Amino acid sequence: MIRYIIRRLLWGVLLLIIVAGLVFVLFRVLPTTNPAVLRAGRDPQPKLIKEIEVVLGLNKSLPTQFWDYLKEVFLHFNLGYSYYSQESVRSLIVERLPATLSLTLGAAVLWVLGGLSVGIISALRRHSLLDRGAMGSALVLISVPEFWLGLVLLFLFASDIGKFKIFPGAGSYVPLTTDPWKWFTSLIMPWFVLAAGSAAIFARLMRSSLSEAMKEDYIRTARAKGLPEKAVVRQGVRAAINPIVTLFGLEVGVLLGGAILVETVFNIPGVGRLAYQSIQSSDFPVVQGTVLLASMFIILANIVVDVAYAYLDPRVRYS
Amino acid sequence: MSAAEPLLRVEDLRVEFPSEDGIVHAVDGITYQVQKGRTLGIVGESGSGKTVSSLTTLGLTRREGARISGRILFEGQDLVTLPEEQLRAIRGNDIAMIFQDPLSSLHPLYRVGAQLVEAVRAHREVSKAQARARAIELLGLVGIPDPARRVDEYPHEFSGGMRQRAMIAMALMNDPKLLIADEPTTALDVTVQAQILALMERLQRELGMAIVIITHDLGVVAEVADDIAVMYAGRIVETSSTGQLFAAPEHPYTWGLLKSIPRLDGPREEELVPIPGTPPSLINRPSGCHFHPRCPYAQPDHARIDPLLAPVPGAPNHHVACLLEAEVRERLWAELAAGATPEQALAEVGVPGAPA
Repeated sequence: MIRYIIRRLLWGVLLLIIVAGLVFVLFRVLPTTNPAVLRAGRDPQPKLIKEIEVVLGLNKSLPTQFWDYLKEVFLHFNLGYSYYSQESVRSLIVERLPATLSLTLGAAVLWVLGGLSVGIISALRRHSLLDRGAMGSALVLISVPEFWLGLVLLFLFASDIGKFKIFPGAGSYVPLTTDPWKWFTSLIMPWFVLAAGSAAIFARLMRSSLSEAMKEDYIRTARAKGLPEKAVVRQGVRAAINPIVTLFGLEVGVLLGGAILVETVFNIPGVGRLAYQSIQSSDFPVVQGTVLLASMFIILANIVVDVAYAYLDPRVRYS
Repeated sequence: MSAAEPLLRVEDLRVEFPSEDGIVHAVDGITYQVQKGRTLGIVGESGSGKTVSSLTTLGLTRREGARISGRILFEGQDLVTLPEEQLRAIRGNDIAMIFQDPLSSLHPLYRVGAQLVEAVRAHREVSKAQARARAIELLGLVGIPDPARRVDEYPHEFSGGMRQRAMIAMALMNDPKLLIADEPTTALDVTVQAQILALMERLQRELGMAIVIITHDLGVVAEVADDIAVMYAGRIVETSSTGQLFAAPEHPYTWGLLKSIPRLDGPREEELVPIPGTPPSLINRPSGCHFHPRCPYAQPDHARIDPLLAPVPGAPNHHVACLLEAEVRERLWAELAAGATPEQALAEVGVPGAPA
């Protein structure tokens, strides 16, 4: 098992290098403004631009630039410096990470708990009004984009511009350490928006997975044993959870992508908004840094999922 | 309860499932009883209602929207009307059940021992350690080697025969008075089948429980059953003691079952005669005698008249639901037993054959 995890981690590093390469190529191939021009100020002298290019390493060949970048990232955990502010990308990200973690972890909890409980109730009360209502809303939540749902919620419930002034609106984020209550209330709507789509997918999958499991022979055995219905359902859920776990690894990526939109809509100073801003201003090192960070989380999540599998299903063994 | 009162008495049990295509008459007025410590074999093709009738005994068809009528008297209590919570206290406790496919009937994600332990703890206030000791004891009793180690294994680590042994152990955890075995050997290799049947016989001798064994295989019931009920299209068409049924079967369907299995003691050149046709739909059942479309000896009015289960003359414990004259049946079986085909038997006995 340990060897399996180590092997997966090494593959993960390789995958990160490939991702770095892809983003690198993407931003050199796409027609963006020369970063040196961006930093040179108004009406720059060509000489100044040349000097900046030398400072940024842009005069070297592309493979050399990429090699230098990889060495910095993987040997010194140095993600480079913003073309604009000259700040280190690492510190830019670290500064904004708490907000993003607050948003994504909270949304993940809401996503998993909400999705699973709605799915279980729907599976056990199939074709009831509750089931139809839940599955109908799930379909809506899967279909609407986060930025749209976020804006609608702001127009409805935000304390500044909303029809019903219930929750703090955009830009109200406060760090947890400053004021836990304000932190919590300011994140209620963002959590909901970010979790909605994934929770809806989970609910639908859990519903079908549990409905199938409850038809299995071993559920009949459990009933024939005289187990209380609660214990019978628990055995069904236990069997139904495996396909859901696989989906969790995939949905982490969707969640991180959604964080960019939600942070932008709700004006939360997190890594997502940083990514959005740096894409708009072609701040390549920052984009590269945020993409690598997101990729790392997705790769880790999938390793965790695969390892969890071995514990969830005794028939799965890694060597 | 008097000494003559059977452990289980099923009276005019009917189970119907409403479906989109119409009402499925899965069980259509069956009556049978099982005495303490005895074994009843229920024989029939798939779709004859034998599984539904036993699932209904445990109340397991209730949640599928079944309409149930009649009585299922277990130690004087009517299980048809018993509230779910009281029925649950009987399930797996006084009445236990084992199923056809032991792999799919065991939960793949729980250790075998845990599945046995919960069977006890659903009914008794015992510690986990006590329940585990009981599980190991019973795994040993059903012949699983090294039970103290295997109790912690998962079902996929057991062979097919061992899984069925584990299922039997699970069923016996609470010393049931009645064990219902639904096709317990069908999914197993032939050599393992014999072992499982021998095991069930031994356990019955040692523990004194009654057994209802459901099967499509007359060979299985011949081996273990004291009495046999033959089911067709949701009804019992013949019932008697096992010896009587094999010596003097009365129903053409039973003849068909007997003639379609190979016999070692019969003449070599004797051909197997399959029962023509397929089991009828339980939604639109044939009129009259439900077996008449497949019966080589059916007469024109058999499509109109519904036969009742009635005692065979001279054999009060032998019942049959057949419209043929008793004397005609006797002569037909005599011909068939001597190796005649149904056509030859018909010609010999001189009754007109079924309309083609």
